[in-house]
Parts: sequence; C-alpha cells; structure tokens
Amino acid sequence: MNVNLSAHISGKFNEELENLRNALLSMGGQVELQLSKTLIALRTDDQRLAETIVHDDNKVNELEMRIDEECMRIIAKRHPIASDLRLVLTIVKINADMERIGDEVERIAKMITMYSLPASEKIKSGMVETGHLILEILQKSLNAFARMDVTAARQIHGEDKKVDANYKELLLQVMQEMQQRAELDSRWLDVLWALRAMERIGDRCQNICEYIIYFVEGVNVRHARDNN
Amino acid sequence: MFTDKGLNGVATDNIAIKVEDLSLRFGDKFALRDISLAIPANSITAVIGPSGCGKSTLIGCFNRLNDLNPEAKVSGKVYINDRNIYGLRQNIPALRTQVGMVFQQPNPFPISVYENVVYGLRIKGITDRRILDDIVESSLMQAALWDEVKDILFQSALKLSGGQQQRLVIARALALQPEILMLDEPTSALDPISTLMIEELIYKLKEKCTIIVVTHNLQQAARVSEQTVFLNKGDLIEYSLTDRMFTMPLHKQTEAFITGRFG
Repeated sequence: MNVNLSAHISGKFNEELENLRNALLSMGGQVELQLSKTLIALRTDDQRLAETIVHDDNKVNELEMRIDEECMRIIAKRHPIASDLRLVLTIVKINADMERIGDEVERIAKMITMYSLPASEKIKSGMVETGHLILEILQKSLNAFARMDVTAARQIHGEDKKVDANYKELLLQVMQEMQQRAELDSRWLDVLWALRAMERIGDRCQNICEYIIYFVEGVNVRHARDNN
Repeated sequence: MFTDKGLNGVATDNIAIKVEDLSLRFGDKFALRDISLAIPANSITAVIGPSGCGKSTLIGCFNRLNDLNPEAKVSGKVYINDRNIYGLRQNIPALRTQVGMVFQQPNPFPISVYENVVYGLRIKGITDRRILDDIVESSLMQAALWDEVKDILFQSALKLSGGQQQRLVIARALALQPEILMLDEPTSALDPISTLMIEELIYKLKEKCTIIVVTHNLQQAARVSEQTVFLNKGDLIEYSLTDRMFTMPLHKQTEAFITGRFG
C-alpha cells in the first residue's frame, strides 16, 4: 500500500501530514545514528564518543515532543478519520517507541562512559554483534514505515527472534563470568542492563512493525501471541 | 436478497425499512440505482455522500415525497412494516404520518407555538382540548423545548430562535407519533450549540422511533449514527456500522470521500 498523503483536496493538510511523516523519519534517523555511534564506542572503548551520545539524546527527546504536539494539533484541527486517523495514531505510537529506543541507546552509552567493560572479549563481541543486528532491524523498520510496506513489516517482526536468542546466550555467559569476578558486582549489573536495553530495542522495533500492519490493514496484531 | 454492502455488520433483525432494488429516474436520468438495504428499527442511520448523490431522493422514497415530482419514476420495493409502500392502494397521508420529516431550514407555520404542534392532530380531526394539551406538552418535552416555550405557547412561532424553531418542527413531527423520523440536514442552518442540542435530541428519540439523518457534516454522522449509508452518483457504495466506516472503510470511494481526497 502506498501512503497517498498528497491526494487530499486541502493542500495544506497534505503538507501537514507529509511534514509529520518526515519529522518521524528524521527522528528515526537520529536514533539510528546514535545507535551506530554507540556500537563504535562499544567496540573501541571510546568514552568521549559515548559522552556525546548521552548528550545527544536531548535531540531525540525534543523531536518527540514536537511530533507529539503536531499530532495533537492535527487531531484537534483536522479531525482526521479512516486512514488519516490511523496514520496519525501510528505516528503517535511509533514516536513514543522511538523515544524509548533513544533512551535504551543512552543507557548503553552511559555504561561505556563510566568504565571499560569488565566482561570478556566474547561478551563484548557478542554485544557488538547483537547491536548490529538491532541496528539493522531498526533501519529496516524505518524503511518499512517510510514505504508502509506490510510484507517487510511482517518479516522484520520475525527477526527479533535472533535478538532474543543472542540475548539469552549472552546472559548465560555473563552469569558464568560474574561468578569468577564477583567483586565487580555493580559493574556486572550495568552490563546486564545494557544487554537488556538491546533486547528491548528489538521488542520496540517489533511494536513499530505491528503499528505499520495496523495502519495498512486496520488489524491489530498486537498481543496476537497472547491470544493464541 | 442483500448484497454484501447491506450486511456489513449492520443488524438484520427488527428491520424498520427494507429496500429492495430501488431505482429512481427523473426522465431518463437515474437518481438512484438498484439500492438494497435494511434499516434496523430504533437506531440512527446517517446518509452521507456528495451533493447530488441521491441522499435526499433516497429518504424521499420512504414517505413517497418524490411522488410530488411528476418526472420521478420509481421501481423496486420499499417495505415499512412488511408492507410495500409502492404497492397498490397505499394510503399516502397515513404513510406520511407514520414517517415524519424535518428539513434543513426550520419551517414553522406563522401561527402560535401551540398551534404548530397540534397542526397535524387537528387535520386528523382531534379536537379534545385535554388530549391536545397533553400531546403539546409531551411532544415539546421530547423535543427538549418545553422549558423554553411553556410560557409563550400562544406567541408566534416565528419569534423563536433558529435552533428553537428546528426543535419545534421536530416536536410537530413527534406529535403524530411517527415510527420513523427523517431529518434532512437538520442542523446545517444552526449554530454549534443548537446543533449539539439537536444531536442529543436525536440520540434520545431513537428509543421512540427509527431515525434517519441526511447530513453533509461527516463528524455529525460519526457522532450520532450507528450505521452509515454512503451514496455516490445514485449508487449505494457502502453501508456499514459507523464505527467501522470512520476507522476502516471497506471501499476506496468511501475512504476518498470521508478523508477529503479527490474521488
């Protein structure tokens, strides 16, 4: 389904929806950039870089607020219905998830700013690998949103399984190493938090895919697993 | 009997009006083409569509108002109470008592408020003052106008505001205890507050009768109705539950119309 934003009789409404969508995409781009920088910082132990990432989370938060306000304004003034309403709601929801992804990225970056990881090379490379996996999923989710590509959304939705599998494996590895170096307990906690953050980013990308499916098909696929 | 358009989640038991293959031509120009639908009793149905799509013509078929136009040729059937109103030997005045109608411009008669309400009753030959008084009070109450006019019942109805006049006209229709009440753009000449009062009234009235509202105001259709009929160029495009039509319409044409896109 192509998003036919430009067909309204009101040219200004077309413009507003187009701008809203672009704002969300550029916010997504910002989050994507933060995540890829975080992976570099993680790989190279670059605390300076990590600090700028923590600082830049403000940009994401600001965009989130602006998009929220714009959605509210459009709902109040334009009374969107049918696909227009679903689009605005989809954007409200993706916006919230995107902001939380930004927070998770910030959490990982914060850990890097404090000290080098206590973990082994195995965990570190595992984290980098998982990070690249979620970066790819995030990029694909954003592309699927830009094109409202429901087939891609369904496929990406399934890719989160790999992230979950990596997460479980890394958890086990951390538990083993923790026992050997228990004196670093608070730092291990940070590592666990960072791992958890990665896993959560995968989940939030899944949410985004669900919203895309909702927009296109009007079917709510959330919690479908719970019902089955 | 019904196409899928007529069964899209809309209740099919307790039907007030059943329309089968209804077509209407003015000369050789079709104003309505093969319309089939069933309108549930004690519910509110909105009819939407662009100007000239046949909205008013459609509801004009339910009380045979189109008979007034000698060029109009109707084919098909409209059942009200299991009786085809286009069948032989129908009592048209009785039909129009049963199917009340309110128009866009409030049209009270230039007589007192009281006489406006009892107008139809007097034509029916009711003269008992007590009966008339009771009906005036109950009709004006139902039309949410009683409190505003109870002290000026014998003043000219033309002194009322537009919103009050429209409610008076509704009271006049209600005095005849219609089974079906049709409102053709009832609020397009009214301010937003009067509009909300009429909408609230419509909502309350559905306990008593089946209501059909023709409106250009899509938000109004969305607010007040349970099911919505979308007509375009004389064709029934979609007949769905309102909740569905305004969130996930089935047809591209419906989507284009309600979201304000080029058709």
